[in-house]
Amino acid sequence: MIRFENLSKTFASGDRTVDAVKKVNLTIEKGKVYGIIGFSGAGKSTLVRCINLLERPTEGKVFIGDVELTALKGKELRKQRRKIGMIFQHFNLFASRTVFQNVAYSLKYQGLSREQIEEKVNELLKLVGLEEKAKEYPSKLSGGQKQRVAIARALANDPDILLSDESTSALDPQTTVSILKLLKEVNQKLGITIVIITHEMQVVKEICDRVAVMENGEVVEEGDVFGIFANPQQKITKDFVDSTSNLSKIYHYIEERAKITELKEGECILRFKYLERSTSEALVSQLSREFALNINIIFGNIELIGENPIGGLVSIVSGRKEDIDGAIKYLQEKNVGVEVILDARAS
Amino acid sequence: MQELLKEYLPNVMSKLPDFYESILETLQMFSKAGLIIFIIGLFLGIVLTVTKKDGILQNLVVYQILDKLVNFFRSIPFIILLAGLIPLTRLISGTAIGVKGAIVPLIFGTAPFFSRQVETALAEMNAGLVEAAQAMGSGPIEIIFRVLIKECIPGLVRATTITAINLISLTAMAGAIGAGGLGDFAIRFGYQRNQTDVTYASVIVLVLLVSLIQIVGNAISRKSTH
Repeated sequence: MIRFENLSKTFASGDRTVDAVKKVNLTIEKGKVYGIIGFSGAGKSTLVRCINLLERPTEGKVFIGDVELTALKGKELRKQRRKIGMIFQHFNLFASRTVFQNVAYSLKYQGLSREQIEEKVNELLKLVGLEEKAKEYPSKLSGGQKQRVAIARALANDPDILLSDESTSALDPQTTVSILKLLKEVNQKLGITIVIITHEMQVVKEICDRVAVMENGEVVEEGDVFGIFANPQQKITKDFVDSTSNLSKIYHYIEERAKITELKEGECILRFKYLERSTSEALVSQLSREFALNINIIFGNIELIGENPIGGLVSIVSGRKEDIDGAIKYLQEKNVGVEVILDARAS
Repeated sequence: MQELLKEYLPNVMSKLPDFYESILETLQMFSKAGLIIFIIGLFLGIVLTVTKKDGILQNLVVYQILDKLVNFFRSIPFIILLAGLIPLTRLISGTAIGVKGAIVPLIFGTAPFFSRQVETALAEMNAGLVEAAQAMGSGPIEIIFRVLIKECIPGLVRATTITAINLISLTAMAGAIGAGGLGDFAIRFGYQRNQTDVTYASVIVLVLLVSLIQIVGNAISRKSTH
């Protein structure tokens, strides 16, 4: 669907140049929700702007289907852009136009009659749940409503692709969830491929099928979301994954010598990571029965990605040394990751 | 009433037809020059905006030339412009005096100012809107008319109001080279013949004119802000 071939973008400011995107090769499949995550300055916004050529790459090619977009100019390019909707962090609605007129903006000069435009706009406003706001001006709307209008506007030309540039970053958590839900609905109902730029792993976890992690203009890791969460390879990916759960707080507490981390002799702190579709087994009960261990869970975080549970536990385990060792071995056989975080067992 | 006016404004009342004539001349200079200034200034302001760095039709050569030209004409005091432009005025209007002779210098004196005002008003627009329009497949011309101008109407109205008021005061100054109008009327009778009531009457009409423009401008600006 969308394909980058050796894509690079360099900005020149004065006598300094900045490589915003470096030799990116990426394929985004049709009908998927694809996330691109990275910290600010990682080049993800530039990369997504290369999809509709708001930024023209310095090198490399962009294909949409069989069309090489980078070979197009002027009118031909504008025609292709109509098939790529885009929404933004700050909504970018036209303040001088009503909600209706905003959505109708790109329908002008398309050979549609007034009735057809009206029908199309009303249909879109219904989809985003803002029919009764048609005559309002954007200044009267809340952030979430503004983004809904922007989504309706981006869908006006029946695009195949929707680009979302940090579209939930200016919204509160609750509104973020509702906007993500709407995007998912758009993806499933209309079959539109969605590319989401974000710096929040939560967003990726919520709706993406696949994700690319960007750092310093490069895609450092790419894969399906479950795989990335279960088995992150790069340091930055691990950090992003950690940011979505409270499990890594334990390191912080240990550093601070918090009371909860004070171990008695023979105890140790273990972190279990569920790597595969295994969480549904009653692991904790099994361990405590079969290895005669006391397991005190201090942090737990298990969530669904797609339909698969993922996450882990941090717990204080006490028992005989060989039993603990046995338990660790048992877990590893079950493909559950185990990390000994703190050990107060006599060695 | 008539008696009262005769008592307080003896000189004005004795040449009422001239007074009315001069008001009419001021209005003529204002409307004719104003219309041309509006069109030229708006055009130049837009060209300045779109050709500057990162503009939608970036063209630094055009921008630099226009920018310097605007600065050049803005730095010449109007009274000097009036005299300096006489040959050009004769060429364009056929005469350098009267209402006809005032229009060319008024345009050169005000259009550059207005184009800067337009440029400033357009610069206030959020660049994201241009990006959104581009993403929806709009070309540069469509963006200028459907986004840039439309979104900036309140600012453009304010710029027009300020320029219109400026223009009124310049029409009065044009009286100095025999352009007619209220300025000329006040200088000839009020100043040179020391008929102070003529000056006062002219000032009152000018104040009313300026107030009217400001009130209308404010109303339109408010109405177009959403």
